[in-house]
Amino acid sequence: MREVAVVGFAQRQMAEFDGSPTCVELLVPLFAECYEQTGFTRKDIDFWCSGSSDYLAGRSFSFVSAVDAIGALPPVNESHVEMDAAWALYEAWLKIRTGEVDTALVYGFGKSSAGVLRRTLSLQLDPYTLTPLWPDTVSLAGLQARAGIDSGAWDERAMAEVVNRSLTDAEKNEYAVRRGGSSVEELLARPMYADPLRKHDCAPVTDGAAAIVLAADDRARGAVDRPAWISGLAHHVDPLHLGGRDLTRSPSAARAGNAAGVADVEVAELHAPFSHQELVLRRELALADDVRINPSGGALAANPMFTAGLNRIGEAARRIWDGSAGSALGHATSGPALQQNLVCVMEGRS
Amino acid sequence: MGKVPAAVVGVGQTHHRAKREDVSIAGLCREAIDRALTDARMTFADIDAIVVGKAPDLFEGVMMPELFLAEALGAAGKPLLRVHTAGSVGGSTAIVAASLVQAGVHQRVLTVSFEKQSESNAMWALSVPMPFIMPVHAGAGGYFAPHVRSYIRRSGAPTHVGAIVAAKDRQNALRNPFAHLRNPDTTVDSVLASQMLWDPIRYDETCPSSDGACALVITDADTARAAESPAWIHGTVMRSEPTTAAERDQVNPQAGREAAAALWKQAGITNPLEEIDAAEIYVPFSWFEPMWLENLGFMPEGEGWRLAESGGTAMDGVLPVNCSGGVLSSNPIGASGMLRFAEAALQVRGQAGEHQVDGVRRALGHAYGGGSQFFAMWVVGDQPPSN
Repeated sequence: MREVAVVGFAQRQMAEFDGSPTCVELLVPLFAECYEQTGFTRKDIDFWCSGSSDYLAGRSFSFVSAVDAIGALPPVNESHVEMDAAWALYEAWLKIRTGEVDTALVYGFGKSSAGVLRRTLSLQLDPYTLTPLWPDTVSLAGLQARAGIDSGAWDERAMAEVVNRSLTDAEKNEYAVRRGGSSVEELLARPMYADPLRKHDCAPVTDGAAAIVLAADDRARGAVDRPAWISGLAHHVDPLHLGGRDLTRSPSAARAGNAAGVADVEVAELHAPFSHQELVLRRELALADDVRINPSGGALAANPMFTAGLNRIGEAARRIWDGSAGSALGHATSGPALQQNLVCVMEGRS
Repeated sequence: MGKVPAAVVGVGQTHHRAKREDVSIAGLCREAIDRALTDARMTFADIDAIVVGKAPDLFEGVMMPELFLAEALGAAGKPLLRVHTAGSVGGSTAIVAASLVQAGVHQRVLTVSFEKQSESNAMWALSVPMPFIMPVHAGAGGYFAPHVRSYIRRSGAPTHVGAIVAAKDRQNALRNPFAHLRNPDTTVDSVLASQMLWDPIRYDETCPSSDGACALVITDADTARAAESPAWIHGTVMRSEPTTAAERDQVNPQAGREAAAALWKQAGITNPLEEIDAAEIYVPFSWFEPMWLENLGFMPEGEGWRLAESGGTAMDGVLPVNCSGGVLSSNPIGASGMLRFAEAALQVRGQAGEHQVDGVRRALGHAYGGGSQFFAMWVVGDQPPSN
């Protein structure tokens, strides 16, 4: 089977994007950056795939307008998932593996600030039994955090340590929306937001877009000196219903990690929009203590919806390109309380 | 390393109706899934992954409904993908499911697409005003009517050809137990006498708004060989172009022409009119049959209406088109494309029942969406692909 690598990555993350919900104005310069990095042009891209949400954009068919960012004619081989763009990357990876295409550009976009995100996401729940109660994302995460604390799986100090490390690392990330570590004690002294979550335990509402270029075999070697070869890519989903699962666990993350093979990773970019979710993921993925977690600052520094998962893969790939890691992992999550999880393991080869 | 051959071994669909008040969204999907699994002689335990497709989430008012449906779809503990490519989504979803097998990742994939349009009003869900974006005011009919008028002017087609297509599809639907519209009295004259909605499109020349779902089981060659009459996938294609561009030809879009050319090449077809034995083409407004006959290369430009007018697309014609009754008789939007792909599979499997065409060896499934800008197609055959 042919080998596929991540060879290009561009991103934008911001607290409030002053532009259209389709983010075309963001996507055009991102594509230009990807062309610059890889030496590809629009004509070299065989397949395009995006991830976005109509509900975030407040309209039907929001991705239809985003296609404008590619350029008018000739027509393109193109698809779209109503998921984080990490799953668009999965579809593009499949397409390359079938041998139909050699290259793909994957992109995601979302303007979370256009509405009240935590309320919008209530519409992701069971419309018959859950949504009528309007439980919002932060409250659901609060229930999950409380379940973990009560069961002894983690404590508030462990959560604060995640935050302190993330926001300290975010100081070096020009795209971070929230940055600046302090100390565990200082963080724990801050007021509660949705008990037991403090504001810094919750990812900031973020707008943004991102793009990743995939290429097969020699096309990848021609695009970048040290391609981030995808050695494992898998995703799984758990039931949504909160009463039907142990919120302190994420079986789908464990399955995805097992299928992708995470034993040798040195760096892991985990998509954990709430501090305690990083603790769940580290346990489910069975990551060793010396694995460097979220050098970008992760989702606690910026969490653009439908893009943040793809960003994790891009950030992990960068560690392969620059030689700072031999094997790196990018993770994406979707749905309430870590319901759906994707793991992409990449490696450099000499 | 080439593509792994894949085939459809199970097909299921719901009874399509204006309102399926007897089932939830999950129940609607399960009706199609259970039929597809029974057809494939499988259970959820045999399935490696699930691919879900539907049109805009605003149609049911649930954001990413596959998340709450995961358990009902048998997806818990498995990979679940959700595709959304506008009206072509049913076709695109089947293609993504096929690529899971063709890429060598899985052996047995279940795919389902649905729309429960009675949960909202599709026309208005499509008409949310957006700054700087051309509105679709009053839904798809108002958007497409100028394209139809342009087609009639360019081709010189007699103005009753649309009615011929509508009457044919409504009569075909009487042979399909799952079809939504069942109007035995529909004739060319009755269509012509129906209310003009968006000139030149009359009421009887438009698709209904339906609740419905469709499901397929797609497998690798080893599994397919053990199954009863698999429909082998000979080619799949997707093409997109932007909604607005000065040089766009919305009557005969370049994306559709190029998609068809790529599809015929993949499937080793040089003369589609002779080599395709039955076609399920996405025709939401009757005039799109002659328009797509040209766009797909079955007929030269400006000549598509002649095949429709002469009865060439009837059940006993040279190219039977939409023997199931087509989109004109059942239109659960998210599922409509997959229904075209599924009906093509039923024809090559010889399992289309009352609307079966004799001796179908290769059939086309076609879907389009957006402003005639997203295309998804496949060719299925009764024999494994030679390429």
